[in-house]
Amino acid sequence: MTSWFSQHLAGLQDAWRRLVASPLNTALSLLVIGISLALPAAGWLFIDNLRLAVGNTGSLQQVSVFLADDADAAAIAEVERGLRQAKLGSVRFVPRDEALQALQAREGMADLTAGLPRNPLPDAFVVEADASPEALEAAVKAFAELPKVDDVHLDSAWMRRFDAFLHVARLVVALIGGVFAAGLVAVTFNTIRLQILAHAEEIEVARLIGAADDFIRRPFQYYGALQGALGGLLAVALVTAGGLLLADPVAGLAALYGGSFSLHGLVPLEIAALVGGGALLGWIGAQISVLIHLRRLG
Amino acid sequence: MIVFSSVCKRYPEGREALKDVSFEIADGKFAWVTGRSGAGKTTLFRLIAAIERPSSGGIVVNGQNLASLGRRALPYLRRNIGLVFQEQKLLFDRNALANVLLPLAIVGLPPRDAERRALAALDKVGLLDRAKAMPVALSGGEQQRLAIARAVVNRPALLLADEPTAKLDNDSAADILGIFREFHRVGVTVVIASHDPRPIPGVEPQLIALEQGRLLDTAASAAPVEAAQ
Repeated sequence: MTSWFSQHLAGLQDAWRRLVASPLNTALSLLVIGISLALPAAGWLFIDNLRLAVGNTGSLQQVSVFLADDADAAAIAEVERGLRQAKLGSVRFVPRDEALQALQAREGMADLTAGLPRNPLPDAFVVEADASPEALEAAVKAFAELPKVDDVHLDSAWMRRFDAFLHVARLVVALIGGVFAAGLVAVTFNTIRLQILAHAEEIEVARLIGAADDFIRRPFQYYGALQGALGGLLAVALVTAGGLLLADPVAGLAALYGGSFSLHGLVPLEIAALVGGGALLGWIGAQISVLIHLRRLG
Repeated sequence: MIVFSSVCKRYPEGREALKDVSFEIADGKFAWVTGRSGAGKTTLFRLIAAIERPSSGGIVVNGQNLASLGRRALPYLRRNIGLVFQEQKLLFDRNALANVLLPLAIVGLPPRDAERRALAALDKVGLLDRAKAMPVALSGGEQQRLAIARAVVNRPALLLADEPTAKLDNDSAADILGIFREFHRVGVTVVIASHDPRPIPGVEPQLIALEQGRLLDTAASAAPVEAAQ
């Protein structure tokens, strides 16, 4: 165990020494890796923020429950109880007269409604829901079954479109992430190739005095993983800096729409994923490179 | 023990470096492998260290038949052989101590124990006070002594050297041979390939003389060096 630990520690130290030995090359490689990881991460964060921003605008998830003309106070109370039991969000009763007034208040509607012989609008409940499209669809079906409910309206088409848009956007980000991940592996592959060429003499000596392949590979594997992890940290810094720069303009934009919204940054799990993912991709690039190039060295 | 049985080595371009060579070096012996340039000394050295494989014939080193030795087993064979090259093959980007530490890192010795053993090895070759010196700052003789320290730090049973005194003046060469003699005295098998074998006080070496890839006279292989000269 001690021997195993010593060998890995030596490999790690060796990798670190090689990284700091050529600071300019290391900095350039880290920049490439950092940007490769930052772009998909920023895209992912943008989609997440967009989802939250849209989720904050309650009108998008508004369910209107229209009552039958003959619904009396007892029936209205029972429907309200049924709506509240669903616990989807706030429930507000809109009497038919209030609905008509609201309609008349709209530009150009006053003249149109003035000619009506009677108020055609029913009493209604408006449910401001904070739930997934699937949950809302289920709730709409349940609400329609309530006594004295004539119709239930949900702007589900818009929500479905938005949900589909988010799905496509996530796919695009995943594809871009995949392409950049392949790029990161390629960058590490080439860096390790150059490292192997630069240390060819040392590799030869190590082999002659009894180094096994694992011993020779290990510093290069750690080099790739370290470089990837540091690139991941740089990506975190880039995304965080971008978020900080955009925070005020986004808050201002939200205020213009009468709401409040603040961008959320990377959570610890996402930071760990970026750093760990960078390390893993770096290790993969290094592993492929050492397998090919050490064999070529003989 | 080293046993060569009808060993031939032919290179891809057709040159035959060794032809039907057979000999035996017992454990604890001091042997010179000698001959002119191109006689096959370095090839023989590389075959014992399994750096190259014979075209035919059998080689046994430290009880291991090299023909049946897989690629993965090679490092473990070499850890029991101390190799000293004519060009030393030192790592010039690290100091003397770090060069000697390398074989110990390969076997995974904890750093503190490794440093203690490396300093002891440097002490044995008279380089303790140059432990922090970079190889480029060492003289030719000191570089060769550093190469010996690296070769013996893992306490190998067999010490192999290829022309270790070729580029040294007489005094430095005598120092180097004195170091080999000390290791021989404590039971290490020492095999030195050299075109210029020298008498070493207190040592009766075995002589393996080569000429154009052939063993000159197997009967003479146990003769003292003076006879060969």
